[in-house]
Amino acid sequence: MTDIADRRTALGILARSPAGLLAERMARIETVPAYTWLRKPETGTLMLRGRIGGDGELFNVGEATLTRCTLRTDDGTVGVGTVLGRNAAKAEQVALCDALLQRPATAASVLSEVIGPLAEAEYERQAREAAEVAASRVDFFTLVRGED
Amino acid sequence: MHLVRELDLSRLQPGFAEPVGDAQRCFRGVLDALAHPGTIVELADLPAPPPGLGAAQSALLLALADQDTPVWLPPGLRDAEAGHYLRFHCGCRLTASLADAHFVVPASLAALPALDDLRPGEPEFPDRSATLVVEVAGLATVGALRLRGPGIETEAGLSVAGWTADCTAFLRENRRRFPLGVDLLLTCGASLAGLPRTVRVDREA
Amino acid sequence: MYVAVKGGERAIAKSHELLARARRGDPGVPELSIAQIKEQLRLAVARVMSEGSLYDEDLAALAIKQAAGDLIEAIFLLRAYRTTLPRLSESQPLATGRMRLARRISAAFKDLPGGQVLGPTYDYTQRLLDFSLMDEVSETMPAGAASAEAFAEPFAESIVAPGIGELLGREGLLEAALPKADDPAPYDLTRDPLLFPVDRATRLQNLARGDEGFLLAMGYSTQRGYSTTHPFAGEIRHGAVPVEVFVDELGFAVEVGEIELTECQLITDFEGSATQAPQFTRGYGLAFGHAERKAMAMALVDRALRAREFGEQINLRDHPANNEEFVLSHSDNVEASGFVQHLKLPHYVDFQSNLDLLRRLRTEWEAARAAANREAA
Repeated sequence: MTDIADRRTALGILARSPAGLLAERMARIETVPAYTWLRKPETGTLMLRGRIGGDGELFNVGEATLTRCTLRTDDGTVGVGTVLGRNAAKAEQVALCDALLQRPATAASVLSEVIGPLAEAEYERQAREAAEVAASRVDFFTLVRGED
Repeated sequence: MHLVRELDLSRLQPGFAEPVGDAQRCFRGVLDALAHPGTIVELADLPAPPPGLGAAQSALLLALADQDTPVWLPPGLRDAEAGHYLRFHCGCRLTASLADAHFVVPASLAALPALDDLRPGEPEFPDRSATLVVEVAGLATVGALRLRGPGIETEAGLSVAGWTADCTAFLRENRRRFPLGVDLLLTCGASLAGLPRTVRVDREA
Repeated sequence: MYVAVKGGERAIAKSHELLARARRGDPGVPELSIAQIKEQLRLAVARVMSEGSLYDEDLAALAIKQAAGDLIEAIFLLRAYRTTLPRLSESQPLATGRMRLARRISAAFKDLPGGQVLGPTYDYTQRLLDFSLMDEVSETMPAGAASAEAFAEPFAESIVAPGIGELLGREGLLEAALPKADDPAPYDLTRDPLLFPVDRATRLQNLARGDEGFLLAMGYSTQRGYSTTHPFAGEIRHGAVPVEVFVDELGFAVEVGEIELTECQLITDFEGSATQAPQFTRGYGLAFGHAERKAMAMALVDRALRAREFGEQINLRDHPANNEEFVLSHSDNVEASGFVQHLKLPHYVDFQSNLDLLRRLRTEWEAARAAANREAA
C-alpha cells in the first residue's frame, strides 16, 4: 500500500467521510501501534483558490478551516492527516489510518475494516443524493400543434 | 512554489512542545533583545535544533517564520535536515534568492551578505525588510563593541566572537539607510542579542 | 483634542447581561442548537460563510446564534475569529467542472449536456406562507423525499457536467478564459491593502466577500440602464466540489474534504473591436453554500467592472456599477457597518465645537441682517 495513487485515494475517502463513521470503523482496528507527534493537530485556515470563469486565472475565493497533524509510529512510519474543519480527533484518525496502511502487517485489515466500508458508505450516500437530484431533471417536450 | 524534493521526515526532530506558548516566549525574547540592544536574552527549554543551526537560532525561526516568509539558508543546509525541519515545522518556503528572503540565515558573521542584496523595506512599509539570524561562537555584555541608540540609556557594551571591521561597516551603512534597512539577531546556543537598524556601533581601539 | 470619558463600565456590564437575556428570549422556549441552525437555516449559514469569508458551517451557525440572527453581526464575528487562525496553506484550484451537481440551470441553452436540473429551489414556489410550518409537531417530510425508494431509480451516478466555457468556446463564440502562462498566485486582499486600479482576480476576491444586498443593488442598477450590458444566465450551478491541498510532507496533493459552492456564468454581448471579432463575454460569480442571488449579483457586477477592459462607453459618475473604486470600496459590510455605527461613539467634543461655531455664525448673520435692514430703512 505504498502506491501514491492508492494512498491519495485512501486519504481522500478518509477526509470526506463523516467523523462519526470514521471513528466507528477505526474502533474495529485491534492493534494500534504506539506513535509520537511530529506535528500535533493544529487548526488554521486554507485559502481556497478558484479560477475566473471556472477555468481562467486564479483568484482567492475565501478561506476554510483546516486541521492537520503528522505522526510517526514506533516502527518509523509517518502518517499524515489533513481535513477540512476543526475536528482534531478526525485528523488524528486519518493520520493513524494513513500510517497503518503503509505497514504491511496492518494494511489489509485497515483496507477491509475502514477504507472499504467508508468507500461503500460514500458511494451509497452519493448515489441516493444523485437519484433525488436526477428526479428533478427537466424533460422538455414540444407540443405539436395543427392538423393530424 | 514548493521545492521539488519531497520532505524527508525519517530523521525529523520535533519542534516546539507547546507551539503557542513556546512561540510567544521566543517572540517576547526577540522583542526584548531588539528593544534593548546590548542585553543578552536567555531562552529556556528549547527543542533540540537540527544539525547546522543553534538552539536559539532554530527556535527563533520556528517562532517567526511561516508560509508567508521565505527563508534563505546556506546552500549546504537547504536540502539537509535543517531545511526539511523548517519546511515542515514552519511551513515556510526556502529560497535561493537573498532578495526574496524575509529571514536570512548566513553561515557565520564572516559570511554576511552584501547589504544591497537584502530586502531593505519600502519607504511606505520599512517593515518589509529582511531579518538576519546569525549564530556566533560567543556573546557577552562586556566587550569591544560600544552601542548607542534607542533602547540604550547611555551606552552599552557587547562582545561578539568573530566580529570584524566588515561587520561594523555593515551596521554603519545599515544605520545610514534608516528608516530602511535590515535587523540583525545574533544567537549563541540558547542566548540572543539584537542589533536593530537603529543601533549605532563603535569599536574600541 | 480628546477628553477621556469614563464611568460607563457598570452600565456596559449590565448591558451585556441584558443582551444575553434578549438573545435567549423566553427560557420556556427550547434553545436553538447549532445543528438546528446548520440544517434548517442553511441559506443564512451560506451567507455568513461567504461574507465572513470562512467556510465552516459550525462556526457560521454559532455566529448566527450568538448574533441573534443579525447576519451582518454574525459575519463580523466570523471575520474576527478568522484573524485568530494561522494560514496553513492554499488549495489547489477548485474544479467547479467536477462539481457533483445538486442543481444546474441555464436560461441560454435549453439542451446542455447533463440537462437542466432544478434541485431544491424557491423559484417555482407560490410565495404563499405555508401555515403547516407553524406547527412543529405536524411538520412532516414531503412524501418521498425521505427515502430514495420513492424515486424511479433509488441510486444513480452523480451528475457531473462541464461548464459552458466548453460549449461555446470551441467555436470561439465565447471569450476564452485561460490561466496566465505561469499561473501566478493571485493578490490577496487579506494580506495586502486594496490599491487602485486592481486586476480582475482582486475584484472577484472583494466581491466574493462583499455584501449581498449591496451587490444585488449594484447588479440591479446595471439592468435598469445604469450600465450598458445585457446579460443572459448562461449557467447557474450548485453542488459539492472536492478541495485538494498539496501536502509538503507527502509530496503530492490530497483531497481534504468537500465544500458546497454556487457558481454563476453570465453571458453578455460584445460588439468586437479592431482586433477582436464579435463574441460573447462573461461575468463570473462564485459563493459558498447555496447562494444563487449572491452569485448572480456578483457576476453582474464583475461584468460591469470590466467595461473599461472592453472599451465600452462608461460614465463613472452616473454609472456607479462601472466604477471600480466606488464598488470595491463600499462592498464590505463589516467595514461599512463599522463606519456607520461608529457614529454611536461619543463625539461630545466634536459636537461642542460645531455648536460653538454655529452660534458664532448665527450671531454674525443676525448682525449682518440687522445692518442690512437698517440700510434699507
